[in-house]
Amino acid sequence: MMAEKGPKAKALAGGTDILVQLRGRRFFIDRLVDVKGVPEMNELSCSAEEGLTLGAAVPCYRIYEDDTIQSLYSGLVDAAFLIGGIQIQGRASVGGNLCNASPSGDTIPILIALGASCVIEGPKGSRTLPVEDFCTGPGQNVLQDGELLVALKFPPPAANSGAHYLRFIPRNEMDIAVAGAGASVVLEDDKETIKSARISLAAVGPTPIFAEEASELLAGRAASEGSFEAAAEAAKAAARPISDMRGTAKQRIHLSGVLTKRALREAVARAQG
Amino acid sequence: MVSTAENKTQYKVVGTRPIRHDGLEKVTGQARYSADINLPGMLHGKVLRSPHAHAIIKSIDISRALALPGVESVITSADLPQPSGRVADLGEGAMMNPKFLSNNVLASDKVLYKGHAVAAVAAADQHVAEEALGRIDVEYEVLPPVLNAVDAMKEGAPILHERLYTAENPFVRPGGLRDDSDPEGGSNVASHFVFELGDLEKGFAEADVVVERGFRTKAVHQGYIEPHSATAMWNRDGHVTIWCSSQGQFAMRDQSALILDISMSQIKVIPLEIGGGFGGKTLVYLEPVAALLSKMTGRPVKVSMSRQEVFEGTGPTSGSFMKVKMGATKDGRITATTATLIYEAGAFPGSPINPGVQCMFGPYDIANGRVEGYDVVINTQKTAAYRAPGAPAAAYAAESVIDELAEKLNIDPIDFRVRNAAKEGTRRLTGPVFPRIGYLETLEAAKNHPHWSAPLEGPNRGRGIATGFWFNGSGPSSATASVNQDGTVSLVEGSPDIGGTRAAVAMQMAEVLGLPAEDVHPSVGDTDSIGFTSTTGGSSVAFKTGWASYEAAQDIKRQMIERAAYIWDVSAEDVDLTDGVFHHKSDPELRFTFKELAGLLLETGGPIVGSAAVNPGGVGGAFAIHIADVEVDPETGKTEVLRYTALQDVGKAVHPSYVEGQIQGGAVQGIGWALNEEYFFDDEGCMTNSSFLDYRMPTSLDLPMIDTVMVEVPNPGHPFGVRGVGEVPIVPPMAAIANAIKAATGVRMTNLPMSPGEVLKALWDSEESKNSD
Repeated sequence: MMAEKGPKAKALAGGTDILVQLRGRRFFIDRLVDVKGVPEMNELSCSAEEGLTLGAAVPCYRIYEDDTIQSLYSGLVDAAFLIGGIQIQGRASVGGNLCNASPSGDTIPILIALGASCVIEGPKGSRTLPVEDFCTGPGQNVLQDGELLVALKFPPPAANSGAHYLRFIPRNEMDIAVAGAGASVVLEDDKETIKSARISLAAVGPTPIFAEEASELLAGRAASEGSFEAAAEAAKAAARPISDMRGTAKQRIHLSGVLTKRALREAVARAQG
Repeated sequence: MVSTAENKTQYKVVGTRPIRHDGLEKVTGQARYSADINLPGMLHGKVLRSPHAHAIIKSIDISRALALPGVESVITSADLPQPSGRVADLGEGAMMNPKFLSNNVLASDKVLYKGHAVAAVAAADQHVAEEALGRIDVEYEVLPPVLNAVDAMKEGAPILHERLYTAENPFVRPGGLRDDSDPEGGSNVASHFVFELGDLEKGFAEADVVVERGFRTKAVHQGYIEPHSATAMWNRDGHVTIWCSSQGQFAMRDQSALILDISMSQIKVIPLEIGGGFGGKTLVYLEPVAALLSKMTGRPVKVSMSRQEVFEGTGPTSGSFMKVKMGATKDGRITATTATLIYEAGAFPGSPINPGVQCMFGPYDIANGRVEGYDVVINTQKTAAYRAPGAPAAAYAAESVIDELAEKLNIDPIDFRVRNAAKEGTRRLTGPVFPRIGYLETLEAAKNHPHWSAPLEGPNRGRGIATGFWFNGSGPSSATASVNQDGTVSLVEGSPDIGGTRAAVAMQMAEVLGLPAEDVHPSVGDTDSIGFTSTTGGSSVAFKTGWASYEAAQDIKRQMIERAAYIWDVSAEDVDLTDGVFHHKSDPELRFTFKELAGLLLETGGPIVGSAAVNPGGVGGAFAIHIADVEVDPETGKTEVLRYTALQDVGKAVHPSYVEGQIQGGAVQGIGWALNEEYFFDDEGCMTNSSFLDYRMPTSLDLPMIDTVMVEVPNPGHPFGVRGVGEVPIVPPMAAIANAIKAATGVRMTNLPMSPGEVLKALWDSEESKNSD
């Protein structure tokens, strides 16, 4: 159905972005395909052994109301819980948030931090790629005409791991991130040393950013303020923000560091149990 | 909490908390608001708005729009008469030349801000109307915009109105145009005036400490939840009916008549419930447009705004540039002050500079002072009144400087204010002498409040206070009341209810008649059903319409006494009304309850209707002091309000719950103004944050409980001691929070809003200047 209309077709999941954009005449299309009835896109399965499969049309509330997800992927729950209000969370999907490819998309950094991958189906078959390679610019992603994001796959959580996402907003709710940071860490059995980490940033570049250097420098280091500080500096170096009415570039670079530190502190605390 | 200073009078109804008469309809969704009107055969209107902040309209071609099936009419300003000349007072200190009012409704030769209405369409449905807007071809010659007052006052700045002259007298309303024969060019300064008192040189010479600061505030919107909507039906006999929600059905009628150049009696405005106004619903925007589209099509037409249109096409309040200099002696006596206030009027003259100047130093007894005001036009939305128009920005500047003086002199900020407090007999810097006011009592209540003495522990936390004055308003008002045979009274008043005033007005009638509040049924009449009543604004309704209701009740009481006397065949002078019972002063056998007598009216001479039309003097000014505790995150610059207490002299609280609600609402709007609200414009002058996502009003999650204290110093100018209460609570919050942020961080914020980015920047700047010292 989508391939028929090429670029003039779009998928509709929760509709919390696309309906607003259509009303705002941001673009004009001929066909809106409701994917909420596609079974693969509504799959939600989670276990410590298999990891998490999150259908692209699954609304946020199903994520944070799921006890297994809450215990295994609390970082994802952080993000799902702060998108919009209760009503929006009843419709909005993580898959849709990713496809919308907003630099400030609140769920994308944690997907990157958790090492999630995108399962894409299209006329030419299926493909899988890491979330950090999905967005290509503000509102732009890798999907070709007729392609659909079907699901997100998360690896099973490692032992002694924890993750957290937080954003900075001027109000306490109902707001859009000035900057955001996601972090996941895996600790050694001593729970004092970082085995590996992944750090990602929102709203500080044309796409959500996987801060590779900040992530890699943490491996083998103590889970301490000094390490967090070093990662924060590296995260700041990875940020490439613009200045707009929501914040200046300087403020956003500074916040990238502050939020990286705070995300790491909480991720480590969760990993330590 | 109510703290009664001297009012020992015990009332039966006034001061109680009955359920509001309009409550059930509102909580069940039955109440009708402006967009709820749907009439048979109704067309839907839409307004085409300017994409440019400043441009000449070279031509408008509507032919492609008219050709679209379903489009019934397209209008432009060419379809409106173009008024000129005299300036009209629209209430709340907002003055307006009718030409400007008309040109704001539909632009004529120029567009003056992005969002300025240019044309309007009536069509079979909203989608067709919207599509038709895209088929109206407007040719613009884009001009450079001027986006702030300082730039607008510079030599060589783009001029908005070629014939506008600068009025040099505060009592001359700005917005006059030069004669065509006058060779002098136009100015962006619509008004400039000075108030002076005493000897400034001597005053500053006596000062031990002088503080001088500059301040900048941005335009902020009233943020009412209900967008504007108007429905009109122009009948073939030339009579027009308009359904809309506004703060004054008579103002809507008269402004529409002015713009349409028809007699006011040809228009009937039916007021609907209003989902918030805060001053912003005192001007017509859509009413004349809907009326004209109806005239063109012969069918009813409804025009409603989207939220974006509300932000871009209606009036916020002014941004400002202010300078204040103030001196005081070591023992904390203010010796002299000067201030310059430049208010941005938006596209047309008429910022609230005058009330801003008049209220700025209202709380203080100042012997030597000078305040200078400017009203300046710029290429942004025409400003409209907003809760205590003009006073909040001025108080932010004044109260920040006073805080700094108290701090430098190491004097408690409440004590500093007590030492300089205005009281009965004090002459304000701008002229008038205060009657009995309750500023000192309110300061006293703050000093004794547990919040003031509560410890504030933890890093990055601070407490601040600020005070505020608003003079309150009055105006013509009418009320009529019919006694029903079941002993109830139906009261018709002319004041749209934006703050629980149906209850407050009905309760004043109930008090006089000895009835329970529930037995007086208030309703707000249309312009053909009730006498003229001035706009709901200036915190005037509980005062002026309360007074009309009181007088109408006296009229009923007099007639009922006469009727009882007639029935008993005694002299009316021997009959009285006590606690709802008519009785003979000496014969205890002769008594009627109100209900008994009401049941006899039709058979003893006919129904009784009481009425009153008033224009009361005796307005009592209002004072407030707010205490704010904040915590500032030094890493992000974000301010969290931890605790907030608002104390206010309320005169006599007729319905204390609604008075508390007004105090809380005003404080919250002030907190939003303080922390995050502002209009953002791009370099071309287009507003970039015209939605509630990026125009950040506080949500309930951003606020602590707002504690209120009502101090009751009755206004001697009103039968129940009523003072207006709705506006003054928005005056102190910005300075209270700025002063608290200073206490928390050591940094004094002189620009609003004090958003996280701005606070962070100020913290960095302060760190930098420390390092360079």
